[in-house]
Amino acid sequence: MSVDPVETTRAHLAKVGWTYTFLADPQADVLRRYDLLQPGEGRAGTAGIARPAELLVDPTGTVRWRDLTDDFRVRARPESVLAAFDRFPSPT
Amino acid sequence: MASSRNFLPLAGFVVCLLGFISYFVLFYRYPVTWDVPWANWLLFAAGLGLLGAGLFRAFRHPEVYRGRVSGPILGVLSVAVVVFFLLVTLVGSRRLPVSAGAPKVGEKAPDFVLPDAQGRPVRLSGLLAPAAGSRGSWVLLIFYRGYW
Repeated sequence: MSVDPVETTRAHLAKVGWTYTFLADPQADVLRRYDLLQPGEGRAGTAGIARPAELLVDPTGTVRWRDLTDDFRVRARPESVLAAFDRFPSPT
Repeated sequence: MASSRNFLPLAGFVVCLLGFISYFVLFYRYPVTWDVPWANWLLFAAGLGLLGAGLFRAFRHPEVYRGRVSGPILGVLSVAVVVFFLLVTLVGSRRLPVSAGAPKVGEKAPDFVLPDAQGRPVRLSGLLAPAAGSRGSWVLLIFYRGYW
């Protein structure tokens, strides 16, 4: 998700070809609820943008792994997310 | 006797400039050169080396080489480029909130509803919920800075 409005998100997905569910949080409601808001970034007069983060949530809604980077250039790589996921036994 | 042109300071400046630009037009493509900008640091080192050699010979052998005016100017510009790059990549990108209240491992992820790219409301608990006959899904929440 990002704080971009639905239309911007749709245009961006069409451009880059991402097919996963992408949510729009233009009011930054979820960012506030998750304490992942960075105020003072983005356009003036807006709440701010996300401090980048990745949270892996299991089917019960429990966070099982997360990455809160301390440098927005450096994000969790797909391999590290998959490695975290693989550490959990698949239910039989 | 006319002294020779001294291209080294200009070459050094150009290499420093390339070191800056290449991060955003080339090295951003590869995690190995993006996360730690070592390739840019190497370019800066090469650029400053050329510059230093150019300044050295301009001042050490002024009868042979020119560049006692342009050299220091290019030197200051090059150092400014390098310092700006270091500020952007080492300081600017680390100014992030602590986010002490973010859900921790073992805690519940608060439920929410947001529109997807088609404007359809999507609920987190709905993504996790088991469809009939399945076990439910894991969900990876990715918070992007956006502004696309």
